Amino acid sequence: MEIAFVLEKFVFITVIFALSLVVAMYSTLAERKIAAFLQDRVGPNRAGPGGMFQPLADGVKMFLKEEIIPTQSSKFLFIAGPSLAILTACIGSAVIPWGQDVVLFGKTIALQATDINVGILYIFGVVSLGVYGVMIGGWASNNKFSLMGAIRAASQNISYEIPMGLSIIALLLLTNSLSLKDIAEQQHGFNWNVFYQPLGFLIFLICSFAETNRTPFDLPECETELVGGYHTEYSSMKLGFYLFAEYINMFVSSAVMATLYFGGYNYPGMDFVNSLIGPTWGPLLGMGVLFLKIFAFIFFFMWVRWTIPRFRYDQLMNLGWKVLIPLAIANIVLTGVVIALVNKF
Amino acid sequence: MEALSNRKKVLEQKPMNFWERIYLPAIFQGMAITFRHMFKKKETIYYPEVQREFSENWRGMHSLKRDEDGRERCTACGLCALSCPAEAITMVAAERKKGEEALYREEKYAAVYEINMLRCIFCGLCEEACPKEAIYLDGPIVPSDYLRKDFIYGKDKLVEQPFNSKA
Repeated sequence: MEIAFVLEKFVFITVIFALSLVVAMYSTLAERKIAAFLQDRVGPNRAGPGGMFQPLADGVKMFLKEEIIPTQSSKFLFIAGPSLAILTACIGSAVIPWGQDVVLFGKTIALQATDINVGILYIFGVVSLGVYGVMIGGWASNNKFSLMGAIRAASQNISYEIPMGLSIIALLLLTNSLSLKDIAEQQHGFNWNVFYQPLGFLIFLICSFAETNRTPFDLPECETELVGGYHTEYSSMKLGFYLFAEYINMFVSSAVMATLYFGGYNYPGMDFVNSLIGPTWGPLLGMGVLFLKIFAFIFFFMWVRWTIPRFRYDQLMNLGWKVLIPLAIANIVLTGVVIALVNKF
Repeated sequence: MEALSNRKKVLEQKPMNFWERIYLPAIFQGMAITFRHMFKKKETIYYPEVQREFSENWRGMHSLKRDEDGRERCTACGLCALSCPAEAITMVAAERKKGEEALYREEKYAAVYEINMLRCIFCGLCEEACPKEAIYLDGPIVPSDYLRKDFIYGKDKLVEQPFNSKA
């Protein structure tokens, strides 16, 4: 029984890991395609039908590039930087509930790697670790531009983690649980948190743009000012890891947003559908719905990237400290008052 | 001072109002614009398969012309090489032998005629300098290649095919 459980978890984690890598891989293609469509172009279309194999071609290219480690750099940290970035990006998806318990081959399997009761805090911890990869890489490069990018990344992530955490507190007042599984279950059907926490969702969304270093908050790799930002000195697959980590982060934060605010694997009329197609296909369909939501968020990330120009650094800090934090606190107070009133009457 | 034209506009920079300061309306406006562009007609021309139409005064790859009897017009006078500002043209002249009258129009012809396409700036001065109307830049785009030596085009690539391609 123990071995069967370990095996089951191992297979599930492998599948989720592979899935997030594939999604991240095809996000790179999707990004280029969407960028092209928004600019009246067609995008990469030569590698395979409609450019299907472009990510593979990019990967091969990245692997075959010359690997340069600057002589003045700290070699250990220079390698540790991208490794940490990709590591923290990959372990974030461990607590996300991908679906309801599914009955597969006569066994009930939880579609979640692990349901720890502090799931949200785990996500926050992993996300804040992510900035270390950027910082270490920027520091180890021994290059002014890299260091500037790393400093920006650090200060930006710290600034935006505060309103993000505060917006989550308002959500936790509603859910009374830190477990992502519980939060997802509470949003059964169409009872999504975004209808109760629209402001909180908006703050969380803006902060997740900053946390994943996406435009309009991509100051750490601001090409116009900092050459390449923190990965100026990087080449070959180490650069690839940094770029890839960004896309995995985007996938994970899309999944978190979908789970926290948009009902995760829940969709209207899911009970009826489940009773119709049984306990095997029902939860799997829910998983598909979750992935649809995730893809919608990823599209939104890209859509914003190709629409909005980059913020200036002081604007970024103003927005974070003077707008988002007060708003998030006001949101907590408002939520608290409303909950107290509802409980009283 | 009085303005020369009345086209000058003085832009007023007012401080942003509340709705401008929270950015969101402007952001949604911009996103609506980009979203509309997703469904617009793509401007892309799929180049190797589809070629854009050239204008009438397009200058592309050179071709060495033949006369109405299929003889090479070039007499290797060297005026094109002299006029070339990029010094892309070299040639070696030779005298026409007996029996070669069907091949070369003049008594002197270019045994070797080479244009370095990496040097050529496609200005068309060779075309203008030619007294025999032997060279025209009426070809297609010069294709890319890997080695520098492959960009030196000899007579095999430059001379146009005879009308009745017997030879």
